[in-house]
Amino acid sequence: MATLSESSGSVKPVTTQEELRSEAAVTRDGARSGRETGRLRRGESIFGWFFVSPAVAILVIFTVIPIFLALYVSFTNWSGLTSPFSHSVQLVGLTNYRTLMTTPGLYQTDFATSIRDNLYFFVIVVPLQTALALWLATLVNNKYLRGKGFFRTAFYFPSVTSSIAITMVFIFLFQGDGVVNTVLGWVGVKGPNWVYDQSGLFTNILNALGVHDAGWANHQFIGLSLWDWIAGPSVGMCVIIILLIWTTSGTFMLFFLASMQGIGEDVDEATAVDGATPWERFRFVTLPLLRPALALVVTLGFISTWQVFDQITLTALANPTTITPAYFAYQVSFLDSAFGQGAAVAFLLFCLIIFLTAVQRRFIKEDLTT
Amino acid sequence: MSSRTYQHHVRRALGYAVLVLFALIFIAPFIITVFTSFKTDSDATLHSLDPVPHPATLSAWQQIFGIGSSASVADVPRWLFNSAFVAVIITISRVFLDSLAGYALARLQFRGRKLIFGFIVATMAVPGVVLLIPQFLVLKELHLFNSYPGMIIPIAVDAVGIFLMRQFFLQVPVALEESGRIDGASTFQIFWMIVLPVVRAGLITLTIISFQASWNQYQFFLIATISPKYYTLTTGLANIIGGGLSAGNQFPLKLGASLVTIIPMALMFFLLQKHLVRGRLSGAVKG
Repeated sequence: MATLSESSGSVKPVTTQEELRSEAAVTRDGARSGRETGRLRRGESIFGWFFVSPAVAILVIFTVIPIFLALYVSFTNWSGLTSPFSHSVQLVGLTNYRTLMTTPGLYQTDFATSIRDNLYFFVIVVPLQTALALWLATLVNNKYLRGKGFFRTAFYFPSVTSSIAITMVFIFLFQGDGVVNTVLGWVGVKGPNWVYDQSGLFTNILNALGVHDAGWANHQFIGLSLWDWIAGPSVGMCVIIILLIWTTSGTFMLFFLASMQGIGEDVDEATAVDGATPWERFRFVTLPLLRPALALVVTLGFISTWQVFDQITLTALANPTTITPAYFAYQVSFLDSAFGQGAAVAFLLFCLIIFLTAVQRRFIKEDLTT
Repeated sequence: MSSRTYQHHVRRALGYAVLVLFALIFIAPFIITVFTSFKTDSDATLHSLDPVPHPATLSAWQQIFGIGSSASVADVPRWLFNSAFVAVIITISRVFLDSLAGYALARLQFRGRKLIFGFIVATMAVPGVVLLIPQFLVLKELHLFNSYPGMIIPIAVDAVGIFLMRQFFLQVPVALEESGRIDGASTFQIFWMIVLPVVRAGLITLTIISFQASWNQYQFFLIATISPKYYTLTTGLANIIGGGLSAGNQFPLKLGASLVTIIPMALMFFLLQKHLVRGRLSGAVKG
């Protein structure tokens, strides 16, 4: 520690009185000697390390080391019972990764299913939550609107509540004789048994149009038939899609609102005088100005849809075909005791999310500087 | 002209109608949850949209709070205690440790500061959900699995909070600290007595987002514990939803327990909305 602090003194030596003054504009004690200041700076260096060390220690032990452990465990057949470093645990090379990618079997099918399901989350949830958030923000941002605070609160409230409690509420709303099906009954629609329904949305539509399992669709592609790949989200998954949109759009609305407040009314009014219709004003004035916020919301959506987990732990029992890689990793590890296999899934997911985050950070930075 | 004002009025009324409809969609699930918790099991299942319970019963709430003869599998008072206890300790710890680190990164000169800051920013990108397996491993190796310390220590610090506090400390005028230094205060004294009171807004924001995060925490507690005595509202509730209760679907009980989880957040939300909104925004723009 002593050597560290001493050398840090040389990083930014404050020796001359001029520098001392520039460091501290209010220092009246201009006669303070250089040696005394050096001691002050040395103390600061020790304190600096002292202040960050608890945080750094916890982050290293419970975030950084686990990343490397996940990588190590993914090359073993660890069952979770003994220590992963004991002799009974064997290194199995790339077996766990091969099981997911190339070896036909239950795990390959389940992994492909989880990827498929998450792709549907990604493709459906992100555009809808972004559009809804943007639309709600434009409605609430209207300067003539009364009860602005009430509406903003109403839209934002779901996102501060527990994901588990909210999922329970949705399971109840979407039960067979539940609220949603009652409302659908008013307009003569007989609702499905939502959460329990494993049939694909697109499959159902195709079936209704008279298209059934065609010969070409039996072709297998990474553990699933093409027919299964294009089946669409299961009806049960639609409940989670609605839940995700419902809980996130309020938060994203806030991002848009914060950005809109920066635009100011004069721009809007100037174009209104020019005779632009509200849609033209939105499309050609507001939307381009909202580009940074839009980029942020879309990329945050990309990243967060790959982390869907809590909701699935509650519905997977009722609907085992609706899973995400995050849940699949948990299921394989903690429920099947195949931690090595689960770690392989988790590590692949980790790489994907880090990649998306890196893209986001680059993207956002560029967008904010232009 | 009059037809234009008429059109204007119609458009306005339509706008309000749409907003009210959406507000209803966002709020109705909570209202339905409240009145369902006063229903009997069969009433809740069969007449889920009827706001009036037939008959009204406190049975779900009696079960939740362990009143009366009916022994409940759902030990909600214990879950409530665990949730509150763990959330309070984690919040205190986060506010203190995140501020300390944030201050050092904003103001103190020490070798490796840039490196540490880069490290903090990098760890913000690590998604918690992929760390569940190795965190379970680390907890077991350190003999912290299935204990209160094991539930608290790994999440007693968060990178986003450090980043947030650093932003607040950067805005404090340097002159303030220099005056303390002249008076002979130590670095810790300057931090504790001079700078910390100035960033009160930051501390409130961090307190709220920390409490919210640990109160709603589910996935980490799921892998950090196994005994029912460590169930929090989230893990306990998930357990009874997943079939820990045998008799029927018991919607009133499950929804009542959900309300116990939601209501404290709702109260905090309505009382401290401004800070919450600011916290959400600053936490997100972390790129």
